[in-house]
Amino acid sequence: MTTTTRLDHGLRAENLSLGYDGADIIQNLSLTIPNARVTSIIGPNGCGKSTLLRGLGRLLAPRSGEVILDGVPLAGQSTRQIATRISVLPQSPVAPSGLTVADLVSRGRHPRQKWYQQFSPADESVVEDALRATDILDLADTPIEDLSGGQRQRAWISMTLAQETGILLLDEPTTYLDLAHQVDVLELVRRLNREHGRTVVMVLHDISLAARYSDHIVAMKDGRIQAQGSPADVVTSDRLLNVFGLHAEVVSEPTDGRPHVIPLGHSG
Amino acid sequence: MTLDPAVAPPRVQGRTPVPLPRPRRRASAARWFWVSAAALLGAAFLSICIGGQPSSLQDVWHAVAAPDGSVMDVTIRELRWPRTVLAVCAGICLGLAGTLVQGHTRNPVADPGLLGINQGAALAIVAATALAGELPPLPQALLAFAGALAASVLVFMIGSAAQHGATPVTLVLAGAAVTALCAGLVSGIVLLNDQALDTLRFWQVGSLAARSGVLSVIWPFVVAGAVLALLNIKPLNGLALGADTAVSLGISVFKARAAGIAAVTLLAGSAVTMAGPIAFAGLLVPHITRAMTGPDYRWLVPVSALTGATVLLLADTAGRVIARPGELSVGVVLAVIGAPFFVYLARRRRLATV
Amino acid sequence: MTLLQKDRTPSATSIRVLRAGPVSVRLNLRTVLVGCVLGVVLLAAMGLHVAFGGTPMAYPDVLRALLGDDTNSRIHLAVTEFRAPRMMAAVIVGAALATAGAITQTVARNPLASPDLLGVTAGASLGAVTVLVVADGGHAGLSGFAATVGMPAAAFGAGIVSGVAVYLLAYRRGLDSYRLVLAGLGISGLAASLTTWILTLGDVTSAAQALTWMTGSLNGKDWATVQPMALSAGVLIIAALFSSRWLLLTSLGEDTAIGLGARIGVIRLTVLTIAVLLASVATVTAGPVAFVALASPQIARSLTASVIPPVGVSALVGAVFVLLSDTVAANALSAPLPVGVATAVVGAPFLIHLILKYQRRLS
Repeated sequence: MTTTTRLDHGLRAENLSLGYDGADIIQNLSLTIPNARVTSIIGPNGCGKSTLLRGLGRLLAPRSGEVILDGVPLAGQSTRQIATRISVLPQSPVAPSGLTVADLVSRGRHPRQKWYQQFSPADESVVEDALRATDILDLADTPIEDLSGGQRQRAWISMTLAQETGILLLDEPTTYLDLAHQVDVLELVRRLNREHGRTVVMVLHDISLAARYSDHIVAMKDGRIQAQGSPADVVTSDRLLNVFGLHAEVVSEPTDGRPHVIPLGHSG
Repeated sequence: MTLDPAVAPPRVQGRTPVPLPRPRRRASAARWFWVSAAALLGAAFLSICIGGQPSSLQDVWHAVAAPDGSVMDVTIRELRWPRTVLAVCAGICLGLAGTLVQGHTRNPVADPGLLGINQGAALAIVAATALAGELPPLPQALLAFAGALAASVLVFMIGSAAQHGATPVTLVLAGAAVTALCAGLVSGIVLLNDQALDTLRFWQVGSLAARSGVLSVIWPFVVAGAVLALLNIKPLNGLALGADTAVSLGISVFKARAAGIAAVTLLAGSAVTMAGPIAFAGLLVPHITRAMTGPDYRWLVPVSALTGATVLLLADTAGRVIARPGELSVGVVLAVIGAPFFVYLARRRRLATV
Repeated sequence: MTLLQKDRTPSATSIRVLRAGPVSVRLNLRTVLVGCVLGVVLLAAMGLHVAFGGTPMAYPDVLRALLGDDTNSRIHLAVTEFRAPRMMAAVIVGAALATAGAITQTVARNPLASPDLLGVTAGASLGAVTVLVVADGGHAGLSGFAATVGMPAAAFGAGIVSGVAVYLLAYRRGLDSYRLVLAGLGISGLAASLTTWILTLGDVTSAAQALTWMTGSLNGKDWATVQPMALSAGVLIIAALFSSRWLLLTSLGEDTAIGLGARIGVIRLTVLTIAVLLASVATVTAGPVAFVALASPQIARSLTASVIPPVGVSALVGAVFVLLSDTVAANALSAPLPVGVATAVVGAPFLIHLILKYQRRLS
């Protein structure tokens, strides 16, 4: 489903195959990421969600097929150029001990800096805005390791914001966070999308939260896309059984009508 | 983990049956035990039959059944047999020590020498030689043992003095510090005293040429170390799951570590006393064993002992054959074969998390 | 044109931005300050090293001789021909090893990493010892061509070969720090074992010479040997300084670094090559000197309270460390000892101190 009639904006994968050491984890997958929307990729463990995200963010080179950004394959663009269009938040990111929040966020300006222009006034204001957008301006001097899980995630997201990219890829941004912090991060993500028009792709485990905070859901299994569409279309009892092997009831949330998953145990 | 459709259980209406795990590992681990025992016997046999002088099976039979003092008989009885026994003992010690030290430091590249044992032994020897001149082999060996023990105790004390006690990290660091300190002192001494240097450079190579009488003095320590190692099996299995899980399983982390370090000290100390410092054996043998038996210490520990003995025997025999009529010491042979093998293991896949 | 302007992002740390038109440079004031203080300390240590490099000399005499005053020809000769070259060698070795250590620790993301891991020092030792024992043939010592050219060349060549071997063995669709450590260990172990074996082949005297070299010794350095080393080390350290930006990115982990547009494969290869070359230069100059590469970056890091070991300050710390150690080693006992003994004896307790102080962070 390629639209070649108008100028090609945005991110898409075409017949993409990805793998690590052994067999392909993802084979011949094609996916168009909707622009300026929040997309969530869900699926059981080992289905290839993170692998797909890493492929989209050029962290993993494709074995065949390609990832196309603005009409140009990623392989043909310099990694620095890509970094001005796509930012990636990897799973369990590492930071050396002692690194402060402000320091981390300033790293986000790297793709746009030159060796003789290490920190222009423009860089400064972008970093300040990024800190403010994630509400951690007062934590600027704190070392990352002294922050709570939710604050740490916000600091990393802040770094991706400082990169000033149109597309954000977040790999399991809410794993290991308690519910309040999960909601925190997801609200922030949605706000970034609504207010700044950024395209967001994230890998999530919690299906209900994915349904609540996304515009588009991609459900994967065994390295293939089993279904994609709006939350209401994708998150249904039958799909959950097919994709996850999960017996569940899907109800409509009273607040916004989005689907909410109620797992049923193995019965009988 | 996605299931291959050919293997996946059929979907039953309303329920997906979960396949029972088959106890595959346990059966094959037991098989490996017998395989390595057989390999050990074969290697021992080879060690007796092959050596610096070409010999045949008849010669061996002659030496065993009807000795009459001929050169070949003497070679076989007085040289090869004690050497074989020494290799077996040293191999058992190193195999056990290596497994334990890797388990306690949670570090797949740990070697018993990490705890300063080899350098402590070297320091004792050169210090004594510098002070009292050339030593006869037996006192020299015992001094080495004492030095090894002292170094190991120091490492354990420093490692435990840190805030949370002897964690894998502090043990490794303390070991590195004590090793470097001893090495520095050793260098200082041997550069001031030629005799000490001469003693050191030959001792350092690691050789199984029988150091007469050592085994008869040292065997109680070997046995004690082996017993402690066997007793350490259950705690090691628990510690492999992390200190917290181990505690909840009722394992006293401090006691387990103390016993483990004591075992390593006794075993590696004995090995260095018997044969000088032999690098790589303690490092490599646990990995070879783990590839066979899996990570369960109930099999890992005994099979490591057998594998260690086999490896040392084979290396020693090879050294005697390659450099006829002289010999290439077992330490060098092991390094030349062991290092590439080690790197090969590293490339194939991640070394097992210990 | 605005000069030292405080970074407007509210921050109490000592990072300042120096701006002049479109050019802006980030500076850590504390690092700069520590660097200046260390510069002064270095000059003092250099003077001390020369003054006590043999029969003690008075400072004014040393200063005069270094500045070119040859009225007292005996002192002038001793200083310019013997002691000054040795002092420069100490500075080179210290700075080179410390820089190599800072790079290795940052790339391996491990404060215990050291260029020894890259197999360079063990390989260089093997090369040097082989030449020493083989060329010597069991006589009273190595001299002439073999000593001035053969041994250093063998050491350098063998060091580079080992470094390359480690890299190739560790490379598998990219460089993994874990595989790098393992490959380095394998090659180092092999080289070390072969070296111990070779030590048994010659006689005691050549063994002593070999061991002296292997412990790290600054004996017999003259300007002819020191000058090319100084030049190479200088160029490499400047290259390392320019890579500082990349080094910080590396410490953020591979995925984040790639996400920020860093060509991580090229970066790692470049800085590790610099580290291997620096370690080789140092090892050729003075043999493998223990602990300098391990301890100096960590000392520098805690002095400047920075996130990764700063390259420039590490080099200064290393130079001071080796100068002071050599002074101590030459004077502490009745006979002068090689510098490596002193660095090991001082370095080990320091490492123990590190353990006890930072063990929470290290685990």
